[in-house]
Amino acid sequence: MKALLLRDLRLAIRAGGGFGLGLAFFLIVVVLVPFGVGPDADLLSAIAPGVLWVAALLAALLSLDRIFALDYEDGALALLATSPLPLEGVSLIKAVAHWLTTGLPLCLAAPLLGFLLQLAPQAYGVLVISLLIGTPALSMIGTFGAALTVGLRRGGLLLSLLVLPLYVPTLIMGADAVRRAADGQATTTPLMLGAVITLGSLAILPFATAAALRVTLR
Amino acid sequence: MSLWEYANPKKFMDWTGPVLVWVSVLAVICTSVGLIWGFFFTPDDFRQGSTVKIIYLHVPSALMAINAWLMMLVASLIWLVRRHHVSALAAKAAAPVGVTMTLIALLTGALWGAPIWGTYWEWDPRLTSFLILFLFYLGYMALWAAIEDPDTAADLTSILCIVGSIFAILSRYAAQFWAQGLHQGASLSLDKEENVADVFWIPLVVAMAGFVLLFIALVLLRTRTEIRLRRMKALQSRTRRA
Repeated sequence: MKALLLRDLRLAIRAGGGFGLGLAFFLIVVVLVPFGVGPDADLLSAIAPGVLWVAALLAALLSLDRIFALDYEDGALALLATSPLPLEGVSLIKAVAHWLTTGLPLCLAAPLLGFLLQLAPQAYGVLVISLLIGTPALSMIGTFGAALTVGLRRGGLLLSLLVLPLYVPTLIMGADAVRRAADGQATTTPLMLGAVITLGSLAILPFATAAALRVTLR
Repeated sequence: MSLWEYANPKKFMDWTGPVLVWVSVLAVICTSVGLIWGFFFTPDDFRQGSTVKIIYLHVPSALMAINAWLMMLVASLIWLVRRHHVSALAAKAAAPVGVTMTLIALLTGALWGAPIWGTYWEWDPRLTSFLILFLFYLGYMALWAAIEDPDTAADLTSILCIVGSIFAILSRYAAQFWAQGLHQGASLSLDKEENVADVFWIPLVVAMAGFVLLFIALVLLRTRTEIRLRRMKALQSRTRRA
C-alpha cells in the first residue's frame, strides 16, 4: 500500500501538469469572479465562502480523470487487480494520493485567495478546517466517478456530470460552515455533518469503486 | 415454480403482452377521469382560486418521480444479485419516464408558484432536492448511453444507481439543513389528521392511481422494446457471421 501511494505521488509530481494545474485553476476561477460580479467589497465578502468552496470543488474535479486512466491504458491497473492488495485498498490509496496532490494544496492555498475575496477575518480558520474535512470526500467520490468512466473513450465530460451532483452534500456543509463563521455563528454542526459525509464516503465508496473497476477489467 | 421464472425474457414477453393492454386501458381511464374531474368538476379554492387545480398534475408526477428512482434501485439490486437481464432493461426503461415525471413536477410547480408565491423558482429544500434528482437521472441516462457493451453498462449503472440513491437522500437532508422551506407539507398522508378536503381528495387519488398505472404501462412498453432491440441485435450479428 505504501509503495503504491509513493508511486502515485511520484508520478503526480514528476509527470508534470496534474500537480500544479489544480491549484492554478483554483486561483484563476477565484480571480475571475470579481470580474464577473464587480469589485464591490461588501458583495465579494458576502459570496466569498461559496465561491471559494465551488472553486475548490471544480479544481478537484479537474484532475479526476487521471486517477485511473493512465494505469488503465498501460495495463498497470490489471496488474494491480491481480496483486495481493485488494482492489478496495487500491481505490482507497488512489483517493488518498489524489487528495495529497490536489485537496491538501487547495486547503493551504485557500486562505490566500480568501484574502482576495475580502473574506471576513474570523472565517479563515474555519475555511481551512472545513476544506480539510470536506476535500477527502471530494477525492473519494471523484475516485468512484473515475472508476465508473475509466473504460470510456470520452469519459471526461460524463465524469463531471456524474460526480458533481454527488458533491452537493459536501458543498452545502463546507460552505455553510464558512458562512456561519463569517457571520460570527457557531460552526460545530455543519463541520460535524461534513465529517460524517467524509467518513461515510471513505467507508463505503472504496467498495463501490472496486466493484466498478472489476466490471471494467472483466 | 417461483416468481423469478417470469423474469425469463420469453416468459416476460408472453405475460406482459396481455397485461400491458389492460394496464394501459386502466391508466387512460384513471388519468383522464382524475384530471377531467379535477379540472372541471371541483370548486375553486377560497384563497388560491383555480390555480389549485394544478395539484392534479403536480402531486402525481412528483410521486412517480421519486418512485421511479426507487423502482430503478430495486431493479438494479435484482440485476446485481440475480443477473436477470430483464431487470437491468427495466431499470434502463424507467429512467426516461422518471426524468419526464421530475420535469413535469418541476414545471407545474413553477407555474403554480408564480401567482401564489410570487416567484417561479425559490431555493427551497424540496425544490432543490427535485432539481438534484433531475441531475441524477441525467447522469444515469448519460452513463447508459455512453457504454457500448450492454452487460458492462448494466453493471456500472446499477452501481451508480445504488451510490446515487445514498447521495440523493443525503442531499435531501443537507438541503433541509441549508435553507428554510417555502413549500407546504404533504397534501396527503396516512398518519395525519388534517388532509386536503374530500372534494379535492377523491379526484387526486384517482389521478395518482392513474399516474402509477401510466408509469407501469410505459415501463412495460419500453422494457418490451428493449428486449426486442436486444433480440434484433443478436439476429443481426448472427446473419453477419453466417
